[in-house]
Amino acid sequence: MLKIAKKDLASLFALIKESGELYLPVKVAEQTNFAAYEDGAEFDLDTLKSVKSPKDVFFPQSETLYTCKNEGKTIKITPEELVDQPFVVFGMKACDVGGIEVLDRVFLSDPVDSFYAARRAHGTIVALACHEPEESCFCKVFGIDAAEPVADVATWMIGDELYWKALTEKGEALTEKVSSLLTDADEQVVENEKTAIRAIIEKLPYSDLSLEGWNGDAVAEKFDSKLWNELYKPCLACGTCTFVCPTCQCYDIKDYNTGSSVQRYRCWDSCMYSDFTMMAHGNNRTSQMQRFRQRFMHKLVYFPANNDGTYSCVGCGRCVDKCPASLNIVKVIKAFGEKGE
Amino acid sequence: MCTEHKNENHECTCHTGYTLDTLIPKVGIITDIREETPDVKTFRVNAPEGGKLFEHLPGQCAMICVPGVSEGMFSITSSPTNKEYQEFSIKRCGMLTDHLHTLQVGDPITVRGPYGNNFPVDTVLKGKDLVFVAGGIGLAPLRSVINYVIDNRADYGKVDIVYGSRSADDLVQLKEIRELWMKTEGVNVHLTIDREQEGWTGNVGFVPTYLKELGESGQIEFGVNTISLVCGPPIMIKFVLAALKDMGVSKDKIYTTLELRMKCGVGKCGRCNIGSKYVCKDGPVFRCDEVDELPNEY
Repeated sequence: MLKIAKKDLASLFALIKESGELYLPVKVAEQTNFAAYEDGAEFDLDTLKSVKSPKDVFFPQSETLYTCKNEGKTIKITPEELVDQPFVVFGMKACDVGGIEVLDRVFLSDPVDSFYAARRAHGTIVALACHEPEESCFCKVFGIDAAEPVADVATWMIGDELYWKALTEKGEALTEKVSSLLTDADEQVVENEKTAIRAIIEKLPYSDLSLEGWNGDAVAEKFDSKLWNELYKPCLACGTCTFVCPTCQCYDIKDYNTGSSVQRYRCWDSCMYSDFTMMAHGNNRTSQMQRFRQRFMHKLVYFPANNDGTYSCVGCGRCVDKCPASLNIVKVIKAFGEKGE
Repeated sequence: MCTEHKNENHECTCHTGYTLDTLIPKVGIITDIREETPDVKTFRVNAPEGGKLFEHLPGQCAMICVPGVSEGMFSITSSPTNKEYQEFSIKRCGMLTDHLHTLQVGDPITVRGPYGNNFPVDTVLKGKDLVFVAGGIGLAPLRSVINYVIDNRADYGKVDIVYGSRSADDLVQLKEIRELWMKTEGVNVHLTIDREQEGWTGNVGFVPTYLKELGESGQIEFGVNTISLVCGPPIMIKFVLAALKDMGVSKDKIYTTLELRMKCGVGKCGRCNIGSKYVCKDGPVFRCDEVDELPNEY
């Protein structure tokens, strides 16, 4: 276990930045989100949850895949170059690291998404423990320990110090690079903090949420359940839940006409939108109930069925915080649980 | 773009940093266009240097894109046994297909694929009697299988093709049907159109009704060794399945294809799923008893 004084964090970030891009929570106009760190930017390690999850470091909200240019009677296709420089993401929480593991199952499964894979290969994740988990948090339900994040490096902010522990080869390499700023630390301090964090988590309102009914069985019963007809009603189809979610991976591929060429880019999309499945010959999800049901069936039933029981939810609680109609996955899980369906 | 030098990391080994991701298309050149019906054209596509863009299996699809217009998934209607080119029969019915219908021989498009599974031509279908049931543009994916079967005639039993359309003018691939399929030994073609039409001497009636007549009169036998392959508009598929059920055909002896909106083609963009199955990756070919197990959302 190593440590660095909080007052020296700016030096630490400057040193990390010497060998590549550094992404960390930055406060802009009172909103904290992960962004590339510039000297003098207001980094914010106190806000528990960034508004958007940090997934866009690996799966950007928008990215060009290739560019097409008409050249006589042919088209010149130029693929976008892959990320080939190392970078560091600092301050990801355990739930968001879990979100990346869910995205890994999507983008690193055959056929591998090269764009995502290149970012994963070159990115080092420094995770930060959650010292004050909030009422909307329920990562424990998905087996995630906010007191002990599992990433390349795990860190804890205790008192005036940041405690630092490398967990992987990538983490060791980063630790080596910044070793001049780190000093030996007492492991017991971190152990005590973990105990304190876990005590808070135990008392959170959703920590005892049961996933008992969501074991991948009874797909037809769940799909046909009348509960959806009531649950979906407040949904405004705004898509906020999907954009703040660390595991939502639906994307669109579109054209951007530059005037002299066409960039084919992909961007986040949302299964909450009516045109998501619209085709020339019709739409297989015409009602908001169907779209609402799709989102939760995907996270709690279809995804686990395809991924050894792993849920496509990590309990970050952003949807709980952000939904303008106070709808969220907790309500869905509870509705089915309480009705025993 | 280099298309050959791919290492384990899906990177091109001769262009630093270049990806050979499945999302990156190749350029295809339209080398022939046949006007099949008032709203269906068959496009022949070659690589710019000639030959095929890739190898595929019967039933597989490819993403065709006109940069700046749109991209869409189309079944490859030519058989893999055709070593010279690939063909796509495309009905004009939306933004992209409207534009495709304005293209001329020599125009470039982009193509990526092949995507999806295929009809089990080398396993389940081998040695079996085959009944193809198609409606309208639904012939497109089945044509790939039919020509594969004709080119490997000895590997399969009797072949019956029941094909219908709104009118005689809407039957696609009519030249090939008359000049090749009808003349192939052991292949029987049964054409039908929805309404009486001057000059039409064949059957008049909907495909499901005609299929039942053919089955009940013994012109088509549905034995234990018969596999049916059905493709067409959803309403036709529904009544064909009902007709087959009435004739005692079990669903595990029927294959069909499904179609939903697609963007990526590899089960990642999240829109063509039916339950935990992705039509682009786990389909488009499904056995009908498997379809029954999926949530009713297609």
